[in-house]
Amino acid sequence: MLSMRRKIVNAVMLTLTGLFAFFAVSILFFVLGYLLWNGGTSLSWNFFTKLPTPVGETGGGMANAIVGSAKLLLLATCIGVPIGFLGGVYLSEFGGSAFSSLVRYTTDLLNGVPSIVMGIFAFTVIVLPQKHFSTLAGGLALGVMMIPISLRSTEDFLKAVPLALREGAMALGASKSRAIFTVVIPAAINGIITGTMLNVARVAGETAPLLFTSLGNRYWSHGLDQPTASLPVMIFDYARAPYDDWHKQAWAAAFVLLSLVLAINVFARIVLGKKAQAR
Amino acid sequence: MSTSAISVERARPKGGARTFLSRLKSGDEIAFLVTLACAVSILLVTSLLVFELFQNSALSRHKFGWAFLFTKTWDPVAGNFGALPYIYGTLVTSGLALLIGVPLGVGAAIFLAELAPPRISDALTFLIELLAAVPSVIFGLLGIFVMIPILRSAEPGIRAVFGFTPFFQGPFYGQSLLAAGVVVSIMIIPFIVSISREVLLAVPQDQREAALALGATKWESTWDIVVPFAKKGILGSIFLSLARALGETMAVTMVVGNDPKINTSLFAPGYSIAAVIANEFSEATDDLHVSALIEMGLVLFALTIIINAVARIMILTTTQKGSS
Amino acid sequence: MKRVIGFVLPLALLAVGASGETLINAAGATFPYPMYSKWFDEFHKKYPDVQINYQSIGSGGGIKQVTEGTVDFGAADVPMTPELMKTFTEKRKCNILHFPTVMGADVLSYNVPGVTQELNFTPEAIAGIFLGKITKWNDPALTQANPGVKLTGNPIVVIHRAEASGTTYIFVDFLSKISKEWETKVGRAASVQWPVGLGSKGNEGVAGQIKQTPYSIGYIELIYAVQNNMSYGKVKNPAGVFVKASLAGVSAAAAGAIKEIPDDFRVSITNAPGKDSYPISSFTWLLVPDKIADPTKKKAITELLKWVLSDGQNMTEVLSYARLPKAVVAKEQKAISKIQ
Repeated sequence: MLSMRRKIVNAVMLTLTGLFAFFAVSILFFVLGYLLWNGGTSLSWNFFTKLPTPVGETGGGMANAIVGSAKLLLLATCIGVPIGFLGGVYLSEFGGSAFSSLVRYTTDLLNGVPSIVMGIFAFTVIVLPQKHFSTLAGGLALGVMMIPISLRSTEDFLKAVPLALREGAMALGASKSRAIFTVVIPAAINGIITGTMLNVARVAGETAPLLFTSLGNRYWSHGLDQPTASLPVMIFDYARAPYDDWHKQAWAAAFVLLSLVLAINVFARIVLGKKAQAR
Repeated sequence: MSTSAISVERARPKGGARTFLSRLKSGDEIAFLVTLACAVSILLVTSLLVFELFQNSALSRHKFGWAFLFTKTWDPVAGNFGALPYIYGTLVTSGLALLIGVPLGVGAAIFLAELAPPRISDALTFLIELLAAVPSVIFGLLGIFVMIPILRSAEPGIRAVFGFTPFFQGPFYGQSLLAAGVVVSIMIIPFIVSISREVLLAVPQDQREAALALGATKWESTWDIVVPFAKKGILGSIFLSLARALGETMAVTMVVGNDPKINTSLFAPGYSIAAVIANEFSEATDDLHVSALIEMGLVLFALTIIINAVARIMILTTTQKGSS
Repeated sequence: MKRVIGFVLPLALLAVGASGETLINAAGATFPYPMYSKWFDEFHKKYPDVQINYQSIGSGGGIKQVTEGTVDFGAADVPMTPELMKTFTEKRKCNILHFPTVMGADVLSYNVPGVTQELNFTPEAIAGIFLGKITKWNDPALTQANPGVKLTGNPIVVIHRAEASGTTYIFVDFLSKISKEWETKVGRAASVQWPVGLGSKGNEGVAGQIKQTPYSIGYIELIYAVQNNMSYGKVKNPAGVFVKASLAGVSAAAAGAIKEIPDDFRVSITNAPGKDSYPISSFTWLLVPDKIADPTKKKAITELLKWVLSDGQNMTEVLSYARLPKAVVAKEQKAISKIQ
């Protein structure tokens, strides 16, 4: 027979932990709502199309920061994803020795590098020898940060491909590499792509590694050799300034950035979820 | 179709078979070499990173030795650098974040794994995991304009309840260790929830059923049987979140006050390793100053390595136990 | 087709605008940032081929980056010390030149709810506040100088710079001159060990922080207070007069110094004599290497300097920066030829 006390404790704890869970969820809605309210109302045509104006003048925008972020992410993806992907292929298809464990451990190590330290690394390795800040340095810092997740998700998804598929391909006479690239990878490609999207979304919001690599630019940045503006750094700069106009722009930028990041996340997770269920 | 292709290939005269085989082999060789090269490059990049950190902090390491970790002064004018205030601030901020985030996170995870209907659990978990995607600088933005004003109005209340402790003394300016701790706690909740929930779900069903069969309430079965079973994994999730909290840069530097002093009171401003590097790195003119900053980067890196390693061991042992 | 687009478009994005423009990178002081951002914008309108990307990261940053060579010129409100100049020469194999551009003022801006009047600050009060000895707004040092203003017992929140800053240097240079205790305890440098206070990055950060924090006080360049409608107080000068920062006050301060301005233009004009002088005034300098390898950049930078000393000077007063004294301008124009 259940005592009253035990029933009460049960009910109370159910409610309490439920409250905690709803609190955690409500934070997300609060963040979204606040950004929508402040950022959404600050969005303007100027924001998307104009360059920043001189300090203290209104009417400026973040057109160069939007393009700059796009360039940085593109560069980062081109650097980080191939290395991570092919490394993941190695671990999944050719690995199995102590060397593989070493690679895995090192990748975990790389994943744990604080983003600010990654910025220091890119500064000493690219900015100093080249003697200027550049999109390249920023892209490299972000790209190296993408490697571990790219590798791990590739390896996981490849390993999840059933052995039967591989054996079937080899039984039909395909060489190992043929089997990998024409059968196994395509089977895992959805997972790998969604993993990449999540990776990009994560790196899109990184600010610290850009502070002393791509630095910032009040104008358009040409090519890879020049400093470039980026959304996260602009948010950082404008948030701490005293100008109300800049605050508005910071909210708008935060709204744009968050919308992008969340859109990618939601899309990727839903697609991933469906594929997992379909299998 | 393919079978005839095979038989054709296999039926080729020896010379042709050799060239074909060698092509096959080189295809494999190339794939092997290329992917191996990528795997090796990861080792190279990481080694280069560690090497650069060591190399560029040499000046500071040789000058100060281990005392660097225990020295309070940070005086660029005199060339005296000590990491203690920053280590303190980093630990306090992260510690406070855990103090707030762990009960909330583990509690929520327990609810989601054990007590909630599966559909609601999945939906809520999805939403909480989205919170993990919010960039740090946005949390910093909200910290400045939302969190700190809230804390300012809550301050008299906090002081009334906790003012007798040494942790809530002195004037409160808004930017403080407290603000940093609260903001970071919100940032780590999704990680604690996500991992703890998975760890709890991995606990074998028969454990729960046995408890319920013996007449336990849902809560009792959860708290007395399932959670202890998953203890290590939950602890692992806490360590992982700690590692993340230690490296938080933007959100912290925007709300912590940037004052390199050691204060027991959480109302006081503080500083963290990542924040001081972000603020001072691009303009430390003196080589020793730069070297000291990089040495702190090294310290931070070392801390996160250790904690991440401990965390992973804990999580692995639990999920393995669960699946056995 | 899709693949081609998917490939070509991103590459095009990367190559966006590979044009014949000259991009000059500069970084440094936040003190003159509003002026420089206006100037460089106007200069770009005049010479559309030249873009000057100025990043306001603080005087320390300007000095460091120009020494490392990662920017083409730097900007600072604190002249480089002989040691720093030597480091520059060692690293860059040439000398660094200082070119004053405008003069400005550090003001004491405060956010005291309920107080709309201008407060008077004696040097002793300022030193006391920043040393952490004067902790409440109704301290006698403040109430005595401000009869008729209702000051409450709220704690004073001090805001200072978090990074190496020329604005800081100007301020602590002044404090070192008027307070022996400050000089011995803290000293004068771009980055000091602050006895109290919260740190913020850049003039922008300090101004932003003051605006957000009730009962706070900090030192910022005049234009930041003006542009943001922030209160700032009068400071007592050596002649005993409480002066509010203004073009006149800054120019008066410079008037005394220009008689003996050294050839390298590195001079301090804080706590200057004269009854109209504002005591926390300063020049701000562009730091330009005397050897610029790239001929297009060299031309652009020398043109910029000439323009700054002529047309540029006509734009300063609108932004509350004082124009350079004519004698200084003349001397600088001669100095431009030192750039090889």
